[in-house]
Amino acid sequence: MSAAAQKFLNDKTHLGFWIYLMTDCMLFASLFATFVVLRNATAGGPSGDEIFQLPVALAETLILLTSSFTCGLALVALKQKNMRHLLGWLAATYVLGVAFLTIELTEFAMMVEEGHGWQESAFLSAFFVLVGTHGLHILVGLVWLLVLVCVVVQRGLTAKATRQLGLFALFWHFLDLVWIFIFTVVYLMGVAS
Amino acid sequence: MKLADNKLFKQYVLGFVLSLILTMAAYVLVAGTELRGTPLYLSLGGLALVQMLVQLVYFLHVAEEARPRWRLLSLVFMTIILLIIVVGTLWIMHHLNYNMMEMSNEAKHDYMMEQKDKGF
Repeated sequence: MSAAAQKFLNDKTHLGFWIYLMTDCMLFASLFATFVVLRNATAGGPSGDEIFQLPVALAETLILLTSSFTCGLALVALKQKNMRHLLGWLAATYVLGVAFLTIELTEFAMMVEEGHGWQESAFLSAFFVLVGTHGLHILVGLVWLLVLVCVVVQRGLTAKATRQLGLFALFWHFLDLVWIFIFTVVYLMGVAS
Repeated sequence: MKLADNKLFKQYVLGFVLSLILTMAAYVLVAGTELRGTPLYLSLGGLALVQMLVQLVYFLHVAEEARPRWRLLSLVFMTIILLIIVVGTLWIMHHLNYNMMEMSNEAKHDYMMEQKDKGF
């Protein structure tokens, strides 16, 4: 494939993936709207300030932010064709992503164990759906990253792998962006209300 | 080329540091001050929006796209739809008597009983 054709394909897939991200934003927008409407519908159950642990949420935020950063550094290494640095930063991204998901699932499990599951109130249903949907995206991202790393290790930095790593970085930064609003709207405003 | 001279690298470091500062500022606002109510919500919302812009520019590189800027265009379009969904939902639900978001459960119950006595 000529360089011009390659660039055209890159730009085209990039735009297509970007449009997917935009539609995903609309999905999250409706979940956020639902959550804000139902945030006081606790039906006798606990409210946000009784069950959220702000330091834990802050730790999750910092871990995901750092993960987004290391993913960016992986992209820098990719541009420089530095395979060792690329794999190192991708590994860091992966480990931080797993840490984030583990903390989130532990938080969920503790809430369910204490009897504050999604069936208790409309507030908790909205909470689990919103935060859970984000968590599901993270899980999909982690599986995708694992597959990409395997491909890169086996076949090297092909044009296709390079393109897909760029798309993955876009996806990962986007998830961090969504989390900023979950942290602000769900946790910070939930605890402060 | 040295890493510190790399433009992309500089952007990521700058974006990361700014995001860290903004996140900690939002956290301290809730955990460390007595600010509550509308002023707090506005400040938190403002900090989140600034951080969104920082990440859009330094992590997602929306400003560097070559013309025609389809990505920026779809981002603007998405923002309009998003605002219609979110602002529209909150506006409507805020005005529905049956979904009185600002009332506690007891207040809601009392209100419903009052309405029932009036016979609606």
